[in-house]
Amino acid sequence: MIELRVNGQSHNVSADPDTPLLYVLRDELQLNAAKFGCGLGQCGSCTVLVDGAPTLSCVTPIMLLEGRQITTVEGLGTAEDPGPMQRAFIEEQSAQCGYCIPGMMMRAQALLQRNPRATDAEIRAYLEPNLCRCGTHMRILRAVKRAAAMMTGPDASPSTHTPVPASAQPDTSETDGDSQRDRRHSEKRERPER
Amino acid sequence: MSKALVRGISRREVLRGTGALVLSFSLTPGVVLSQASAPGGPGGGKLPGSLGKNPLLDAWIRVDADGKVTAFTGKAELGQGLRTALAQVVAEELEIPFEQVSLVTADTSRTVDEGYTAGSHSVQDSGAALRNAAAQVREILIGEAARRLKMPPDRLHADTGAVIGPNSARITYAELVSANLLHVDAQPVSKLKDPTFFRVMEKPIQRVDIPGKVTGGGAYVQDMRLPGMLHARVIRPPSYGARLLPLDVSNIEKMTGIVKVIRDGRFLAVVAYREFQAIKAMQALSRVATWEEVASLPSQARLPAFLLGLPAEDHIILDKHDGAGNVGKPVEATYTRPYLSHGSVGPSCAVAHLTDGVMTIWTHTQGVYPDRRAISEMLGMPADKVHCIHVEGSGCYGHNGADDAAADAALIANSMPDRPIRLQWMREQEHGWEPYGPAMVAKARASLDSKGRIADWDYGVWSNTHTMRPGPAGSLLAAQHMEKAFSPQEPEPIPQPEGGGDRNAIPLYVLANARVTHHFLRHMPVRVSALRSLGAHMNVFAIESFMDELALAAGTDPVAFRLAHLDDSRARDVVTAAADEFHWADRPTPAGGHGSGFAFARYKNLAAYCAVAMQVHVDRDTGRIRVLRVAAAVDTGQVINPDGVRNQIEGGILQSLSWTMFEGVTFDDTRITSIDWSTYPILRFGSVPESLTVRVVDRPGTAFLGCGEAAQGPAAAALANAVASATGKRIRDLPLNAARVKAACNV
Amino acid sequence: MKKFFTRRLVVRLFWGLGALVFAFLLYAWRSPIPPIDAPAAETFDAAAVRRGAQLAALGDCATCHTAPGGETFAGGRAVETPFGTIYSTNITPDTPTGIGRWSQVAFQRAIREGVDREGDHLYPAFPYDHFTLVNDEDSAALYAYIMTRQPVRAQTPDNHLAFPFNMRFMMAGWKLLFLHSGPYEPDTQRDAQWNRGAYLANGIGHCGACHTPRNGLGAEIAAQHFGGGEAEGWRAYAINADSKSLEAWNAEDLHMYLSKGWHDRHGDAHGPMAAVAQNLSSLPDEDVKAIASYVASVMGKRSSPPASAGAGKTALDGAPSNDTGAAIYAATCASCHDGTRALPFGGVKLMLSTAVTGESSTNLINVILDGLHAPEGTAGAIMPGFSTTLTDGQLESLVAYIRSNLGAQPPWTGVENTVREARSRDRD
Repeated sequence: MIELRVNGQSHNVSADPDTPLLYVLRDELQLNAAKFGCGLGQCGSCTVLVDGAPTLSCVTPIMLLEGRQITTVEGLGTAEDPGPMQRAFIEEQSAQCGYCIPGMMMRAQALLQRNPRATDAEIRAYLEPNLCRCGTHMRILRAVKRAAAMMTGPDASPSTHTPVPASAQPDTSETDGDSQRDRRHSEKRERPER
Repeated sequence: MSKALVRGISRREVLRGTGALVLSFSLTPGVVLSQASAPGGPGGGKLPGSLGKNPLLDAWIRVDADGKVTAFTGKAELGQGLRTALAQVVAEELEIPFEQVSLVTADTSRTVDEGYTAGSHSVQDSGAALRNAAAQVREILIGEAARRLKMPPDRLHADTGAVIGPNSARITYAELVSANLLHVDAQPVSKLKDPTFFRVMEKPIQRVDIPGKVTGGGAYVQDMRLPGMLHARVIRPPSYGARLLPLDVSNIEKMTGIVKVIRDGRFLAVVAYREFQAIKAMQALSRVATWEEVASLPSQARLPAFLLGLPAEDHIILDKHDGAGNVGKPVEATYTRPYLSHGSVGPSCAVAHLTDGVMTIWTHTQGVYPDRRAISEMLGMPADKVHCIHVEGSGCYGHNGADDAAADAALIANSMPDRPIRLQWMREQEHGWEPYGPAMVAKARASLDSKGRIADWDYGVWSNTHTMRPGPAGSLLAAQHMEKAFSPQEPEPIPQPEGGGDRNAIPLYVLANARVTHHFLRHMPVRVSALRSLGAHMNVFAIESFMDELALAAGTDPVAFRLAHLDDSRARDVVTAAADEFHWADRPTPAGGHGSGFAFARYKNLAAYCAVAMQVHVDRDTGRIRVLRVAAAVDTGQVINPDGVRNQIEGGILQSLSWTMFEGVTFDDTRITSIDWSTYPILRFGSVPESLTVRVVDRPGTAFLGCGEAAQGPAAAALANAVASATGKRIRDLPLNAARVKAACNV
Repeated sequence: MKKFFTRRLVVRLFWGLGALVFAFLLYAWRSPIPPIDAPAAETFDAAAVRRGAQLAALGDCATCHTAPGGETFAGGRAVETPFGTIYSTNITPDTPTGIGRWSQVAFQRAIREGVDREGDHLYPAFPYDHFTLVNDEDSAALYAYIMTRQPVRAQTPDNHLAFPFNMRFMMAGWKLLFLHSGPYEPDTQRDAQWNRGAYLANGIGHCGACHTPRNGLGAEIAAQHFGGGEAEGWRAYAINADSKSLEAWNAEDLHMYLSKGWHDRHGDAHGPMAAVAQNLSSLPDEDVKAIASYVASVMGKRSSPPASAGAGKTALDGAPSNDTGAAIYAATCASCHDGTRALPFGGVKLMLSTAVTGESSTNLINVILDGLHAPEGTAGAIMPGFSTTLTDGQLESLVAYIRSNLGAQPPWTGVENTVREARSRDRD
């Protein structure tokens, strides 16, 4: 028996110590969010947090995880009381098939926990290990930005949501990746012509 | 409205469907919703959408004695938001709150047979059927209320689940329904709601499935857990024709947790109590199994030449000579694309349970009825003893491994009665065994007249079939591999106007002299079937690239050139809208590796209209393309959910960018070698455009047009045209990967 | 008692020192070369541009002169040195912020002598101690290539160097000691291919810049040529007779490794070497073969190859049993690294890799922590990183197990420190 702490609760799991965490979460603990995408650490669908850091549960045997804090999407909130990341993804309607989304959310959660003011370019770069085949990327980026705003802004998020029509405006996604780079360059003293 | 005669057949028979195996497609442009019918009784006159094959209203809408409304569709939620859209349609016409619609999707025991959820037909066929059925049910309820209130129906109206009349008369649907009230055939004409009064249709209602999916709710077949469920894995051969040599499985059977090792011809599987035990046994069995392989695959490097060299059946699908012919030097070009993988992020999965002689299969197949027919044939069971229920999988984008996983699970469950079997494909199996989108070659030749317009046009496309869907049992891998093996069916071309390899091979442009030939290639060394948009991705990539090449020869702006050849006003509107959304007229002159491109198509020349404009930057030292700005416009007819439409177009554009920039199945002479994400790279966040906007052109009151596949072709061509504009080099072979772009820029 | 430091002596010393300083400054002073109008791209010979592209690939110019996420050759990449942070310059032909007004003479002086157009000395982070070997024809080709690139407006950030290293003229002294101006002189005792390899490897290829240890002033120790060095937190192994690979490298192995980035009996290129192998793939094959044959000759017969594991031997005698490490390896690593999938997409057999048998644990730890990231849009090995999965203790057990049981080598020392340093480098 190995003891795992998942979403703040202790569980004694009977799976063999070499069992990847993903199968324990899904099969023994009946947690649906983390998904099997590849089992090879290539796609990020299985992403959970271990001590707040993003971890690919499909290649992490549970023998390594005693005493560690494991967080899954289920630990971010519930259907009745969704957390900011979940609310953001609902409000942005950020899913098509939705299979990759829990992995995206956990990866983004790790980023925003350590860098709540992450820029668009930083969010993009951070999500690189996670695949989305449906092409929901623009919405995922908007949802993460929205979650960041919720997490850093005044605490005014409702605990239940009512269906809010998505904006009637065409959807746009902006990055300031270029301006980020230029800003760093222009901060420096102008060099004389070489 | 008079009741039609109640038929003397059982409802169950009606629900079972006709047994004919066809793609569900409509042969007339769009769906006419309020067309006057030809005289006749039930079945006479044309019924809208899928009502034609399934006219009984209570096959579609049920109102229970407690007022609960259940709608039934033979289509499936694939992640395209169909559940929500269809619920919007029903809620609107039936005048009930959106939240109160309960929708049952594709289930061989409960819903009609609507064939496959494919071809962008779901809203056109099922949406039309449900909309009309709901409208007619509403009128029947009003009629029943009128009868009870002894009032003419036109003094009553329906609202929020009740029929309202003068003097505060109000009768709820629950009070109005009776046993067979809705057991009547649909009429050809429906009293449809005026779009001005829409409360939920045309509104961006939030999808009903997203909250559950982001809070850990069970949503996918992968999430199913049944009591006593066992975990299974198949061991697939290393290549298509591999023969299994004698094998001793006794050591595998002894592994911890293994319940059974199944061997039926070349079909190998292990069943275990725990999932990881099954995986370990699968790996161990893979190591001990030895195979005799056959080098049967063509040379990947010379694939286009190989395709052109195959025997072809030529179908001339357009041949018109209405004007002066060739007057100038022709422009010619050949375009190619490799095999493309669906690449579903979640490998296919199914749960099967044989109990009391009935095989129940929970599967994410796009077609529960066809898959059931194939599986029942495979197992030698009567079809009515096999029950397929659609449960969502990850996005499939066509015919992926879902049908095969269902067959695998069923074959395993067949030898283990009363044990639910969960069969999960591995990543390598999904990549290696799914049927791909076929590799294709297209050749275009045209010349311009003195005014710079297209004088004549010749286009040919070479392709395998784009459908090997179940089908007969032989379409299933399990059936091909078992001892009593079934052979795959003969491939057939899908006839125009839908087309397969020739889908969208006929441009929408006005061409006085044009010939279009579909060179159907029967021989398929690599397993192929339907991939989102079928031949349209390639044909629109080729045709729209070619249009730019012609525009260049004519010295005309690419958008103006297209408009000069379009007389379909809705097409013109979409082209103009995309150009406007993109600020095409003000776009920067190509310089410094920057360029812009444009493309347009009407999917199948029958479904949604879509135009895409794109600005890119190409680094000619590395060959890397950065997509900067994308603007698209889409006309999808009567919109149900505008956000759903935008989601589909955004997704289609991004997926098409991935196909077009990066993808191609790789293989040596024996095996598929692109078997995971390291060997089959797709778009990651680093390559996502900086901005992407979609303008939905509103057409209330018109027919539904499917938009799920409308963006694949235009996005591919817009990218190719933007790269050509940015680099001055025209690349005609997909994918436009960095190596190819770099080589083209640095000759 | 006579005072030693008489006033006279002091004055003389002062004047003497002044004269020395003056002489040094005179020596250090380099004249500016007048700016030219940026030459039009069409004026350059296409063949020279192509050759320049190949040389620039071999020289790995783009890697240093491109910031992460930035435009190619536009500079701005931070290069950490023991003396501070230096930012690579914009070498696109942009006129205000790049080198668009440099003549070919100025360009050649920069790579040959480490002096920019205006006469300022360049820091040897720009390895002109190697580029000085480049002959005139290749220098012209490089110039043709660089001057036909896309101009990019990007101001190079200022360097962060402590006094006195921020005084550029001090580099003149460094050059006096350590720069042997080129171009390359062939060794008449060796054949043409060897000389070509030496010219490329030691010149534009600047292999020694990573693979040779450096002294306290940051210069390569010539006597230990190819004896191993560091680059951006990675170990660049000894590629001379001190090589610690399990199986000896020959010219063929090196050729395959350099042109493809992997070899099934040795492993694959990671860290900064991955970019090198990527660049080398665009070189003519004869050039890669030449480099391979040169390096193979430097490796020659090895002085002390590592002991091989030997059949049936799974643990070094006397090494403590490492059940934790073994269990971690079996559960976490074996599925890929003892699997059937071949390189480059499968996991390398660890006992074959110098990362396991070599002199440093750095690279093994780096790869375990970072994994291998998916290259954008091209096929390439992907390995998950385990930095968030393994605690330091688990990592040390695993590393020790791999070293002793798979590598069959004596344990590394200072693994704790190496882990700490590796972790401190920003990841994820």
